[in-house]
Amino acid sequence: MLEIRDLNVHYGGIHALKGISLTVEAGEIVTLIGANGAGKSTTLSTISGLKKPTSGQVLVEGEDITTMRAQARVKMGLCQVPEGRRVFAEMTVLENLELGGYHRRPRERTADFDLVYDRFPVLASRRRQLAGTLSGGEQQMLAIGRAMMAHPRILLLDEPSMGLAPLLVQEIFDIIQSINEAGTTILLVEQNAHKALQIADRAYVMETGKIVASGPSAELSATDEIKRAYLGG
Amino acid sequence: MEQVFQQVINGLSLGSIYALIALGYTMVYGIIKLINFAHGDVYMVGAFVGYFSMSTFKLGFVESLLIAMMICTMLGVLIERVAYRPLRNSSRIAVLITAIGVSLLLEYTMMYFVGAGVRSYPPLPGFLNGSFTVGGVVIKNMQLVIIGVSVTLMILLQFIVRKTKVGRAMRAVSQDAEAARLMGINVDNTISLTFALGSALAGAAGVLVGVYYNSINPLMGLMPGLKAFVAAVFGGIGLIPGALIGAYMVGLLETGVVATGYSMFRDGVVFAVLIIILIVKPTGLLGKNIKEKV
Repeated sequence: MLEIRDLNVHYGGIHALKGISLTVEAGEIVTLIGANGAGKSTTLSTISGLKKPTSGQVLVEGEDITTMRAQARVKMGLCQVPEGRRVFAEMTVLENLELGGYHRRPRERTADFDLVYDRFPVLASRRRQLAGTLSGGEQQMLAIGRAMMAHPRILLLDEPSMGLAPLLVQEIFDIIQSINEAGTTILLVEQNAHKALQIADRAYVMETGKIVASGPSAELSATDEIKRAYLGG
Repeated sequence: MEQVFQQVINGLSLGSIYALIALGYTMVYGIIKLINFAHGDVYMVGAFVGYFSMSTFKLGFVESLLIAMMICTMLGVLIERVAYRPLRNSSRIAVLITAIGVSLLLEYTMMYFVGAGVRSYPPLPGFLNGSFTVGGVVIKNMQLVIIGVSVTLMILLQFIVRKTKVGRAMRAVSQDAEAARLMGINVDNTISLTFALGSALAGAAGVLVGVYYNSINPLMGLMPGLKAFVAAVFGGIGLIPGALIGAYMVGLLETGVVATGYSMFRDGVVFAVLIIILIVKPTGLLGKNIKEKV
């Protein structure tokens, strides 16, 4: 469904991604784990079109979208929930969700709203409130709900558990799992490797711009090296 | 007392014109953080388009207003496309200097074609030239037209920004352009639209000023441009209601200063107030303290 081939990205003089290749099959949850600055977020931003690679390819269902603009990628079903949530703080919850479904027709959106409100009842009760006044967890729900409004086939999640209380982290991961069960393919970037490996089918481990290990989550979790480096034991 | 009301009416007309210009400043600042110093010159071009439309082509006031707005819209979009867009990822100072360059280019290109002299708008049909008296206060019909046209355009703008899909996109881009791209919003087109709307308002202001003060020249955009900028900063730059409040305050202040007999100081007082505002409340009347993004 999603494939990236030998991707290289430079920031000024810094070689941020050094020939990354990975695949995500339809219906999977794949997680990308690794330390801060390993290039996980850069990988997601290159897939969503915010960053331009110096070389390599991004393919969605075999179609090369490497040079496609970010807004066109959203239309073809590739949606990113950015790191730090990035909700539009000065706009209401409702307006944020409307922006999520920016390329959809108003008539199609009605059902989408129901779907999002169904999954996040708290957003329904706060829909007239400014997004900036929501708590961190609620903002994360809004960020995910906003992405769902676009009807993604592939959802790219960047650190959804960042800065959340443990109870909320569990809730967010449950939600991610249920979105996946409803048919959306997910590529998840997480620093909370433990949780990410629990819900993911497969995982890639990144270190300083390279993929250093990959495989089914269960297998990776059992490796001594991964345990020591990322799972705190 | 009559004197006060008289000055309020005069101040509101002047303030309306500043408001139309200030809105363009503040919207462009809100969306790309650029002080568009060429904006006052778009207003000047609007005044000349209206002049030629009325004198050479003998068109009416309303037609001329619409034509000036249309041509300024295209000019604004063109300026953004040619001068600012290639610098999207450059430092802000580079774009600012470019804006000053565009401003000079417009002023002296216009001067090349029409000369540096002052031109007068052709006389208007009877109704627009008329005036009436209410309790000793003389109200010119043109003042009502200026206030009416300005308020109508502001309401229209507010509707576009608050209630329409493109308006939502504009606000989204101004808050977080990258997140807006992730929503599938075409950021470049949204910025073009912002320039289009701002320039249309400036064009309208140009024609209204030409008709009201009856005298235009290629450097006429300089001072109103600066004052509209003051108005925008005054109210809190980047905020539409701030620009409106600021513009009417500057208009009233200026006519007030003139009315008390210190017309030599009219510009000085406006800029002095700007300095005081910046000292007391650097973010402007409606501005919030700037939050650092984490």
